[in-house]
Amino acid sequence: MRRRFSWFNATALTFGFAFLYLPMLILIIYSFNGSRLVTVWAGFSTRWYGVLIHDQDFLNAAWVTLRVAVVSSTAATVLGTMAAYALVRVARFPGRTLFSGMIYAPLVMPDVITGLSLLLLFIAVGLDRGILTIVLAHTTFSMCYVSVVVSSRLVSFDRSIEEAALDLGCTPFDAFRSVTLPIIAPAVISGWLLAFTLSLDDLVISSFTAGPSSTTLPIRIYSAVRLGVSPEINALSTIMITIVTVGVISASFMSKRSLARRAADEQKAQQQ
Amino acid sequence: MNIRRLVLIAVPYLWLVALFLIPFVIVVKISLSDTALAIPPYVPTFDLSGGWDGVKSYFSQLDFDNFTFLTEDDLYWRAYLSSLKIAVIATVATLLAAYPIAYGMARAAPEWRPTLMMLVILPFWTSFLIRVYSWIGILSQEGYLNQLLLGLGLIDQPLKILNTNLAVYIGIVYTYLPFMILPIYATLEKLDQSLLEAAEDLGCSRLSAFWLVTLPLSRPGIVAGCFLVFIPAIGEFVIPSLLGGSRTLMIGKVLWEEFFSNRDWPVASAVAVVLLLLLIVPIMLFQRNQQKQQEAEL
Repeated sequence: MRRRFSWFNATALTFGFAFLYLPMLILIIYSFNGSRLVTVWAGFSTRWYGVLIHDQDFLNAAWVTLRVAVVSSTAATVLGTMAAYALVRVARFPGRTLFSGMIYAPLVMPDVITGLSLLLLFIAVGLDRGILTIVLAHTTFSMCYVSVVVSSRLVSFDRSIEEAALDLGCTPFDAFRSVTLPIIAPAVISGWLLAFTLSLDDLVISSFTAGPSSTTLPIRIYSAVRLGVSPEINALSTIMITIVTVGVISASFMSKRSLARRAADEQKAQQQ
Repeated sequence: MNIRRLVLIAVPYLWLVALFLIPFVIVVKISLSDTALAIPPYVPTFDLSGGWDGVKSYFSQLDFDNFTFLTEDDLYWRAYLSSLKIAVIATVATLLAAYPIAYGMARAAPEWRPTLMMLVILPFWTSFLIRVYSWIGILSQEGYLNQLLLGLGLIDQPLKILNTNLAVYIGIVYTYLPFMILPIYATLEKLDQSLLEAAEDLGCSRLSAFWLVTLPLSRPGIVAGCFLVFIPAIGEFVIPSLLGGSRTLMIGKVLWEEFFSNRDWPVASAVAVVLLLLLIVPIMLFQRNQQKQQEAEL
C-alpha cells in the first residue's frame, strides 16, 4: 500500500523543481528584454536574437562546435562500442585490467588535467592546434562514456540469441550486424547523444586543445560572460535550451512508442 | 585469438594508450622538468640523437624542484585545502537539497514518476556553462535576487553574493543536484513499504521510522551520490571562475592560471600530478563501493 501523498513531499518537489528550473526560466524571459541593461525590464523585444544572427564570430564558433561534435561523437560511438564489446565479450586478454582502467579513469578525471595532458601530447608530437586536436580530445573522453552506456546494455543481453545466429550459419560479422546491433542500438544511440552533448558543452578541454582559428561556442560564451551578463548570451542560451528540451522530450516519446509497439507485438505473437 | 577479435580490442586500446596514457606520462615528465624561456617552455627536452649519453643526461636533469616549490609556496597548500573544504561543504549541501526531492519523487504516484525523472535529467542535458551562467544574473549586486529582497523590504543594502564562496556553493549544488537525486531516488524507489508499516506497527513514530528504516536503507544511494558530486567538485574550474571571487581558491582554477596566465608548464603539470594523487583515494573508495553494491545485488 502506498502512503497518501503528503504536504511535505509536495513542498519538497515544488521547491526542488523551482530551484532547478527558475534560473533557466529567468534567462529565457530576459532574453526577450529590449534593454541592454540586462537586469532592468524594458519591454518585449527579439532584438538580441537579431544581433546574434548577424554576429559572424558566433556563427563561426557555432559551426566549428557543430562539426567537432558530429565527428567526435561518431568516432567515439564506434570506438566506445568496440571497447564495450571487447570488455564484455572477451574475458581474458593481456592488459585487460589496464584497458578497463583507461575506460573508467577519464570519467572521473578533472577536465583541467585531461586538457593539460592532451595539449602537452599535441605539442610533443608537433601537431598544430585546431579542429583536429579538439576532435581527438573529445573523441577520447566521450568514447569512455559511450563504452559505459553500451556495456551496461551488452551485459544484460541474452547471448544465446547471438550463438543461435552463429549456429545457423551467420558469420560473426553478420551475427553482429543483424542480431547484436539491433538489440544494443538504443544504447548505442543514447551513447552517441551523450557524446554529442558532452562535446557541445565542453569548455575546459577545448580551451586547452583549440587553436586561435578554432574557437568553439563554449569558449566564446565563456569569454563573453566572464565580464558579466550579456543579452546576446541570454538569447543564445534560450536557443540552446529550446533545442535540448525539444530533443530530449521527443527522444523520450519515441522510445516510449517503440516500447509500446514491442509490447503490442509480443502480445500479438502470443495470441497466434 | 583471431584477427577480428584482435582488431576489436587493439583499436580502442591503442587509441586510449596514445591519447590517455601517454599524455599522462608526459605530464609527469614535464612536472619534473625546469621552466625555461623557450618553445616549448621547459628543459630538458627529450632528444634521442644524443644516443645513450643523451638519455642519461636527460634523466639526470629531471628533479622534484616543482614539487618542492608547491610545498614551499603556501598558495598551493591553501588551494588544495580550500578545494577540499568547498567540495565537502557543497556535497553536504547538495545531499540536503537532493534528499527531500528524491524522497518526494519516490512517494509520488507511479504514473508521475517517469515525468519527474525526466524533469531531473533534462537540466543535465542542458549546457553546464549556461546553467552556471544563469546564476550570474540572479546573484549579482543589481541581480534579480537583490531586486526581489529590496523590493520586499527584507534588506536595505544589496547583498554581495556573486564572487564569494557562497555563490560557488550555490553553483555546485545547482549543477550537480541531478547526480545526487538520481542514485538516492533509485534506492528509495526500491524500498519495501511494508518495512515502514512494520516499524509503525511496532510503535515507531513516522519520524523515527524514517530515521531507523528509510535512511539506513537509502545509504547506498547517498554514498554513490556523494562521490558523484565530491569527485568532480574538487577539480571544478568553470564554477569558481564564473561565480567565485578573486579570493575563491580552487585548485582547478590555480592550474588554469598557472598554465594560461603564468605560462609555467612545469608547475601546472606538478599541480595536476598532486591533484590526481589527491583524487585517487576517493576514486578507489568509490570503485570499491560500487563493486560491493554490484556483488550485493547479484
